[in-house]
Amino acid sequence: MTEVIDEMNLQERAIGIPPPGCSVFAYYYFDIDMAESAHGRGAAVATGIKRAFPEAIVFTYQGDGDLAAIGTAETIHAANRGEKITAIFVNNAVYGMTGGQMAPTTLLNQQTTTTPYGRDAKIEGYPIKMSEILALVEGTVYIERTAVNSPANIRRTKKAIRKAFQTQIDNLGFSLVEILSPCPTNWRMSPLEAWQWIDKEMTKVFPLGVIKDITGEKDAG
Amino acid sequence: MAKVLMTGNSAIGEAAIRAGCQCYFGYPITPQNELTEYMATHLSRRKGCSFVQAESEISAINMVYGASVAGVRVMTSSSSPGMSLKQEGISYLAACELPAVIVNMSRGGPGLGSIVASQSDYFQATRGGGHGDYRTIVLAPSSVQELADLTHHAFELADKYQIPVIILGDGMLGQMMEPVEFKHEAPEELPIRSRALRGAKGRPSRIIKTFTSKPAELEEINWSLYRRYQLIKREETSYETFLVEDAELIVVAFGIAARIAKGAIKNARANGLKVGMFRPITLWPFPSAKVEELANGTRHFLVFEMNMGQMIEDVQLALAGKEEVSFYGRPGGVIPTPSEVFRVISRLYYQKGF
Repeated sequence: MTEVIDEMNLQERAIGIPPPGCSVFAYYYFDIDMAESAHGRGAAVATGIKRAFPEAIVFTYQGDGDLAAIGTAETIHAANRGEKITAIFVNNAVYGMTGGQMAPTTLLNQQTTTTPYGRDAKIEGYPIKMSEILALVEGTVYIERTAVNSPANIRRTKKAIRKAFQTQIDNLGFSLVEILSPCPTNWRMSPLEAWQWIDKEMTKVFPLGVIKDITGEKDAG
Repeated sequence: MAKVLMTGNSAIGEAAIRAGCQCYFGYPITPQNELTEYMATHLSRRKGCSFVQAESEISAINMVYGASVAGVRVMTSSSSPGMSLKQEGISYLAACELPAVIVNMSRGGPGLGSIVASQSDYFQATRGGGHGDYRTIVLAPSSVQELADLTHHAFELADKYQIPVIILGDGMLGQMMEPVEFKHEAPEELPIRSRALRGAKGRPSRIIKTFTSKPAELEEINWSLYRRYQLIKREETSYETFLVEDAELIVVAFGIAARIAKGAIKNARANGLKVGMFRPITLWPFPSAKVEELANGTRHFLVFEMNMGQMIEDVQLALAGKEEVSFYGRPGGVIPTPSEVFRVISRLYYQKGF
């Protein structure tokens, strides 16, 4: 992300919204303006910033609990309004900061500290596919799902982030990049096993690729 | 400008626009919808301004947070159940020292309650309301004119102290029509705060946040807020007194209840009873020093609220046992009449042997 911000010369326009959770210290790693948000409210905070200061390039950095559980309403409605903001959605199928509880995107049979016997669809429901849901929302313009479990996938992720920011620069509407991301600590795996698990298990439920791209059909609003 | 006839809710909207309010975010809830509608009609198309009907009060207050981060004057409004939802965002605004104006046209509670006027949100408004050690300035108007004046004042205070300011009205004030004069013209240039996030152009990047893993750092944030609250307590209390000089009995009431009490007091005076009124205009900071000053050792205080007794705690704290305090309240959205309050006043007056 920082490379893209640098390459696109956005440092002086970018305003980032880091999430609560294990990525909260993101504001220390980006040399741009950043404002903390309450859990799940990133899309609403981004809406407020963008409405007050439309020249800014506003992005949220949100985990699966943030974007797909507690902030579902904020996310869907910001997307539906076609807010000119970008969401970077980091999906690692688990709650990291709080110590490995079930996420809305936890896979069936996946063990977490709150699904110690594995996620059971009859009790805990199914892993929620936010990108596919958001693709149905008319205000979204560009949605892609990528992963960061190999150098090639990291390059693809960077390309997707660039396109998402370009969508905002062109004033086309809501853009989102969902990034399947390893959490070896809470998955109780070695880093290598975690990378492999993304390919073997996660991508079966969350297939990689462009989910929606109507950037070519949209006029700048 | 000449006086115009307006509802309280619309008057707040007009006063906010004239105070340079650039963004409004709200969610419909009775009895404050006219304010949201006023902003949709009159703010949304103004140059550089934005109106969003949010998906919830939680979203609305977080949009307020975002707009305040970007440095513009911003407002939201709601009524009691909606205010409960906004508390998360108000805590963040207070923590991050972000100004905003938040209107509560309160209604009967608890729970879904009723849609008519009540004053049962006094505790929530004056004790912070959300999590953490913080306060908000709370202004309690009692007429449509004062709603307009205090709305303007609320934006000034919010910017001066970098703090969220709550206007605590009620359903009756919001819905009633009175003549109102707007004393300010809308500014040509909308004000932008200097501490805002507008991109790291020509200056180092900024972070607006409170989270820290170091307790000592957070303690310093709390101390810094506390020092500001002490300053506000010293500088910003306001109140109205009415016929208190020779009064044996002083009625303490805020907002719409003070209007009702005033009618009762006029009636009491016509009957020869020496009764006056003290009306706090700032509920936080509470004008404790003035209440204390009014205590001369022989007076009696009657606190009258449209709730089961909330502000009475601040009156008792101010008097510290120096005078006796009685209470009369009607909760749940019942609006007492001046003649009802007059009966309470005269009964107490004779019981106390005045």
